[in-house]
Amino acid sequence: MFLKQYIKDVWGAMKSLATGMKRTGYYFTHHKEIITEQYPDNRDTLVLPERFKGEVVMIHDENNEHACTGCTACELACPNATIKIITKFDVDAETGKKKKAIDTFVYHLELCTMCNLCVEACPTGAIKMAQTFEHSVFDRSQLTKTLNKPGSKIREGVE
Amino acid sequence: MFEEVGTTTEGDLIINVGPQHPATHGVLHLVITLNGETIKNVEPHLGYIHRSIEKMCESLTYRQFIYVTSRMDYLSAHINNHACAMCVEKGLQLEIPPRAQVIRVLMDELTRIASHELWWGAMAMDLGAFTPFFHAFRERESINDIMEETCGARLTMNYMVPGGVMHDIHPNFQRRVKDFLQLYKSKIHEYDEMVTGNVIFQNRMKGVGVISAEDVISYGCTGPVARGSGVSSDTRKHYPYEIYDKLEFDEVLETGCDSFARYMVRLREMQQSIRIIEQLIDNIPEGDFQAKTKAVLKLPKGEFYSKAETARGELGVYIVSEGGTTPYRIKFRSPGFSNLSALNHLVKGGKIGDLIAAMGTLDLVIPDIDR
Ligand code: SF4
Ligand code: SF4
Repeated sequence: MFLKQYIKDVWGAMKSLATGMKRTGYYFTHHKEIITEQYPDNRDTLVLPERFKGEVVMIHDENNEHACTGCTACELACPNATIKIITKFDVDAETGKKKKAIDTFVYHLELCTMCNLCVEACPTGAIKMAQTFEHSVFDRSQLTKTLNKPGSKIREGVE
Repeated sequence: MFEEVGTTTEGDLIINVGPQHPATHGVLHLVITLNGETIKNVEPHLGYIHRSIEKMCESLTYRQFIYVTSRMDYLSAHINNHACAMCVEKGLQLEIPPRAQVIRVLMDELTRIASHELWWGAMAMDLGAFTPFFHAFRERESINDIMEETCGARLTMNYMVPGGVMHDIHPNFQRRVKDFLQLYKSKIHEYDEMVTGNVIFQNRMKGVGVISAEDVISYGCTGPVARGSGVSSDTRKHYPYEIYDKLEFDEVLETGCDSFARYMVRLREMQQSIRIIEQLIDNIPEGDFQAKTKAVLKLPKGEFYSKAETARGELGVYIVSEGGTTPYRIKFRSPGFSNLSALNHLVKGGKIGDLIAAMGTLDLVIPDIDR
């Protein structure tokens, strides 16, 4: 009785091992079905989807103009104080009136959680999410960025 | 008296377990009292990744606090966000457009598959099988790709917002989900071949970590842990939200009460999720994906509660509002905490070798336990 059970157990174990090994054998002979991506080597062909949230950037057109009015809606929407808007007053050349405008858009990439709330909050669509990734740098201070490009100004007609 | 389980006597060995399960690398500290090979007591020590999320949420606005909750149960991020969004919507008495409801349910079920998939791989790895881990990730990867395309992220999506969802689905979404269903159906028998039917696996799971239906209820376990002991606890069935009451799917119940029963519940639950997705993917109604909301949300004075079925069980969200833009108090009832409380019961009196199998079938995600 004992011997019979013993042989039955061994046979059952061999069979279940063979079932599992069949899968291994299958992939060994069908290596087209293996979908491993060779990540650092495939950088050239790697395309991230357009909605991928990699970092916040400000959209500038070819005349180095943007749509940011300095309204600070994005700063208020951000849950972890990633954005700091520093404003200044521009003097209109024709009328001589003072007008509030953006001086510096400070963005702390090291604090950003890519939640997209700032982009949603912006009334003029001045900022968007870029598809960049691999943000590692040697010095933490490099992660604090100014999003408006030097010399850029607000586009005509954006209120 | 000296044989009594749970009291330390001379000659007992007190050991710390881990890293074995992905959770025991240092975020969950298990102190085990052993008599020979027999477990006398298991004491989980928590607090290693406590971030006081509930307290933090009190200083965030209703739009902002939802995204923080993805960081609790990061494998069910969508469903966490969903439960919170529903609670805010209850307070605002918002009507959610039908399109948004369907998209939300689709995302929830994809999340559930991805979460169970990862659990399945990790479970097999706990027991020493490495290949299933990679196979599980292969399928999970296709779900992550779909998420990435529509929500813009792979883990912490922040896609559910009060009133609906943040963006409409990507034009490729339906095609890719259908492709995934095809792929998944061709692969699911591999799981049985590799793991379920394996003799070693069965011997290590059956009769291990037994918990009766009464004990499941008294510990407050929910999700697959409760359903493995035959306790019907599916929030989607009992307190249907969004469009779950119009869908055809079964609540998976097993009566084995052991680790193997909990394993089978999760395996079969994935198939039910597939069934739900199949019913919806070609029937996404046209219309808005977000209801009109004010830029600054203010909940009326009062208390609001909502709950959703995450991959691990019932997640409850309780908001006390004083009428301002931020909640006065928030409390989450997370499934992992109650499930972990049953661990001592599961393994007491058993062998140390069975601890990992029993713990694995609880599907612990530590930030969910220790917010
Ligand atoms: S993505 Fe979120 S965290 Fe990052 S800057 Fe915008 S609002 Fe702040
Ligand atoms: S980026 Fe948009 S929201 Fe932020 S300050 Fe500029 S205009 Fe306002």
